Amino acid sequence: MHIEIDQDVCIGAGQCALTAPNVFTQDDDGFSTLLPGMADGGGDPLVKEAARACPVHAITIKEPTG
Amino acid sequence: MNELTDLTEPTPPAHPADPVDWPQDRTCPYHPPTGYDPLREGDPLARIRLYDGRTAWAVTGHGTARALLSDPRLSSDRRREDFPMPNARFAVARERRQVALLGLDDPEHQTQRRMLIPDFTLKRATGMRPAIQRIVDELLDRMIAEGPPADLVSSFALPVPSMVICDLLGVPYADHEFFEAQSRRLLRGPAPADSLDAREKLEAYLGDLADRKSRDAVPGDGVLDDLVHQRLRDGALDRAEVVALALILLVAGHETTANMISLGTFTLLQQPERLAELRADPALVPAAVEELMRMLSIADGLLRVALEDIQVDGATIRKGDGVLFATSVINRDESVYDDPDALDWHRPARHHVAFGFGIHQCLGQNLARTELEIALRTLWERLPGLRLAAPPEEIPFKPGDTIQGMLELPVTW
Repeated sequence: MHIEIDQDVCIGAGQCALTAPNVFTQDDDGFSTLLPGMADGGGDPLVKEAARACPVHAITIKEPTG
Repeated sequence: MNELTDLTEPTPPAHPADPVDWPQDRTCPYHPPTGYDPLREGDPLARIRLYDGRTAWAVTGHGTARALLSDPRLSSDRRREDFPMPNARFAVARERRQVALLGLDDPEHQTQRRMLIPDFTLKRATGMRPAIQRIVDELLDRMIAEGPPADLVSSFALPVPSMVICDLLGVPYADHEFFEAQSRRLLRGPAPADSLDAREKLEAYLGDLADRKSRDAVPGDGVLDDLVHQRLRDGALDRAEVVALALILLVAGHETTANMISLGTFTLLQQPERLAELRADPALVPAAVEELMRMLSIADGLLRVALEDIQVDGATIRKGDGVLFATSVINRDESVYDDPDALDWHRPARHHVAFGFGIHQCLGQNLARTELEIALRTLWERLPGLRLAAPPEEIPFKPGDTIQGMLELPVTW
């Protein structure tokens, strides 16, 4: 799994950090960002919920193909 | 033969019901009005009739709501001629209002929102926990010292968020009687002229406050201080925009949370089994806050206007059509929430649209959640014997054309 966050779209609602606090946080400007080493989601089952909770669909989860 | 078939098997029309009138008053303060029942039974889109006779679409399905609330073809710009009006108060202010945030589309909205999000992050709300706890404790100390009975609205539900938002914005709480009274008039009239007058008084007050702040040699640490000393000074905002932002932050920052505390408390007192469950396991409180947000849907009827034709669920929303998101109905969509009229702390209540969805989703939601969690948990800890001091059916609550909540909440303990 690979997580991408589009900060141009992010509105800083904080839903991702609320839903999956071990993976997402908000930077000083309020934008969603990944905690260090968490670009692969760290196996956290809440990552998909966090993406679904984003009100502006700024989070994309890419699953490895093949 | 065809004629006979037609007579015996009439084809139901696609949209059988007459438009449902919107808004209507709730019959029970924590359930949608029974008059909205037709909206709960049909398609995810239905027709409604607004107060001025204009018909509009009501979005009632959860999936449709999430899709349309994040659709840029629906505008939130209240300055538009074709923007639907929910009531006469809203309409009368339209000509002259300076809109901010929720009343704007991107890119103007995005510019303003980005100035504010650092002050409303989850981290910032978490950092405010000790201050919120102190406010809650002090108000309960005072209420307990004065002894029962009390009006929980004026002694607790309103002052908690009012003090918190003053602290965050840098508005002197000493002025709370003024701005709370004017906010009430702004949101509930009684006549449209009162609402307009209240808006002017609040704008004048916040304009003076901004001017005073701009003369401070050492800026304060409130959000309003930042707006004045940074954004106004560097030209990113003009004075009217600062005032409009301050107004929306101050009013939305205390009225909505106050309503959630009062109506949430009333609801819990009416559902003793759910309350007992919560008191036995305070770890359920965050989930209970989400479930109460879903169940109470106090901001019912989020408005937009279509900028172009939109095909959705077999219907066509035409350019210029008004669209209303019926949050109380959306948040009880049976295809998403089992037994939706029941409070259930164990259901995944997340993904409700009580804070909206899309670019305008509530800026203050993290703060609101934190306040609600601390207020409700501490209220039951300190006053385990809390109960209503009047028959529930006699306790007044707000009419359907404004944010829902209790007008008074007489309690004893």
